[in-house]
Amino acid sequence: MATEPRTGSGTQTDALPFFRPGGSYVDQKLLRRQHLTEKTVGYLLLACAIVSVLTTIGIVVVLLAQAVNFFADVSIVDFLTGTTWTALFQNQQQWGVLPLVSATLMVTLLSMLVAMPIGLMSAIFLSEYASPRTRAVLKPVLELLAGIPTIIYGFFALTFITPSILKVVWPQTSVYNVLAASIAVGIMIVPLIASLSEDAIRSVPSAMREGAYALGATKLEVSTRIIVPAALSGIVASFMLAASRAVGETMIVALAAGSKAQMVTNPLQPGETMTGYIVQVVSGDAARGSTIYYSLFAVGLLLFVMTLALNIFSHWFVRRFREEYE
Amino acid sequence: MSSPPILPKSTSLSDIGNLSRRQRIASIGKVVFLAATLLAVAALAVLLWYIFQRGWGWLSWGLLTNPPSRKPEKAGLSIAISGTLWIISLTLLVAFPMGVASAIFLEEYAPKNRWTRLLQINISNLAGVPSVVYGLLGLGIFVQWLDLGRVVLAGALTMALLSLPVIIISSQEALKAIPWSLREAAYGVGATRWQVTASHVLPAAVPGILTGVILAVSRAIGETAPLLVAGAAGFVTSKPSGFMDSYTTIPIQLYNWMSRPQTEFRDLAAAGIIVLLVLLISMNLIAIIVRQRFSSRTRW
Repeated sequence: MATEPRTGSGTQTDALPFFRPGGSYVDQKLLRRQHLTEKTVGYLLLACAIVSVLTTIGIVVVLLAQAVNFFADVSIVDFLTGTTWTALFQNQQQWGVLPLVSATLMVTLLSMLVAMPIGLMSAIFLSEYASPRTRAVLKPVLELLAGIPTIIYGFFALTFITPSILKVVWPQTSVYNVLAASIAVGIMIVPLIASLSEDAIRSVPSAMREGAYALGATKLEVSTRIIVPAALSGIVASFMLAASRAVGETMIVALAAGSKAQMVTNPLQPGETMTGYIVQVVSGDAARGSTIYYSLFAVGLLLFVMTLALNIFSHWFVRRFREEYE
Repeated sequence: MSSPPILPKSTSLSDIGNLSRRQRIASIGKVVFLAATLLAVAALAVLLWYIFQRGWGWLSWGLLTNPPSRKPEKAGLSIAISGTLWIISLTLLVAFPMGVASAIFLEEYAPKNRWTRLLQINISNLAGVPSVVYGLLGLGIFVQWLDLGRVVLAGALTMALLSLPVIIISSQEALKAIPWSLREAAYGVGATRWQVTASHVLPAAVPGILTGVILAVSRAIGETAPLLVAGAAGFVTSKPSGFMDSYTTIPIQLYNWMSRPQTEFRDLAAAGIIVLLVLLISMNLIAIIVRQRFSSRTRW
């Protein structure tokens, strides 16, 4: 690109600086202009990067400021320990968040039960067993699962999983139930676990595999006793991230799990998660400035704290327990 | 190697000797792993089969050109489609330059110190924040505090903040893939940092950056929850014609249909899902084509 061997900016100067009598070898004006450009661009780029910091600050400030309004009306102890949530009953509102939390945890637990074995076993299959050709077909298919909008999974759970699978097995299943939503969330997070675990498994050096094979181990023994333990930190981190995704998943539970806030003990019954409650309120018309409006942000704050804790824990886990090879 | 490999703990001597048994177990293991993978693939197949067989009969031009209606036969996605186009183009306009600029800052400009590391951790944490929380952010800041109301601008800014970390991270990956020798060659002939970035690094990173942006956009098209919270309206009768108009998007229109009890509306929703899927798949195909066209040209 730069054909001139001088300062290389491509801008033409009047005379070659080399022949200016008594002058410097460097074009000072050009240098100053370049310096100015450098500084301006640097600050512009920094300003863009700062936006992401402002986003974080914005999230924390908005959630806290509005939650404070909520806690002016409701005691924080009642909120965190109460087991009755009747936000939408006009005259007898009770604000115990535990029913929402119980549904969220139930969905997370059940969806992880679906996704952990399938995701991890797919990861092992793709990295240890599959031929390059099989892998080239299967991996994009799994990634396709991750690209499907969650509202489609919600529709699938509500209109297929519940009536065509769960009702057949357990006739007493309600139309809206936690289990169908959990299965759909589970399918949704399989690719996340599979691809992150596969990355962890692939970063195990092949010398370890070969060493085990040389000692006469079978492929299964190598996979389950050498590879998986060696990649454990990455695998657990992928589980954490997937759990955090399940906690924050919104449209699937809003469509399929129902909007009845109750302590969830039976997954065949309806239950309302924290995210489900947020959708329920914004789908109606909560007056700005009412306690119900502020409760959105209190529930959102709790949700944010839970997912953030899982994310931070996952990063910490990788740093703490990663086996460094070579 | 810093630590010894984890030794198999439960292997007893008698077990080691029994080779045929161990091989039999190993062959069962392979089948189980394959079955798990195929189960995930089967879930996808059943999902697609179900959506198509339910929605196929409801596909028509009217679905694309009709406004929403109380009668399922007359209801269509036209207003939602134009809402999605408005939101997505505005989101892209904000998030694309900003995301790429942040990535350039982090990869090419920022000194390797504590602040940069904090910035990086902050971005990866933002990528893990549930999308519904971004909706609350948009509701609190754009709709309420700046008092924009439930309009296109508020929704698009919310989506821009949501897509930003994804675009930053994928653009960073694209920039990281450019070898240092390219930069050093440019520095060596006296180019300034910005000259190196703008004329050498960025052009080489374009395919990677574009792929990431297209994937981020296709994710944004399917997002429902943040816009539901930050103010898309359930029932809009006219297309938005400016930043300050109310709007609805395809997924929100679909959610509206799905939550009605009549089966006709659910059939219609299935047909709408096909439209949405076709849109997303074509965007992903574009991403793949972009990646392959450009990357076949350069080999580092």
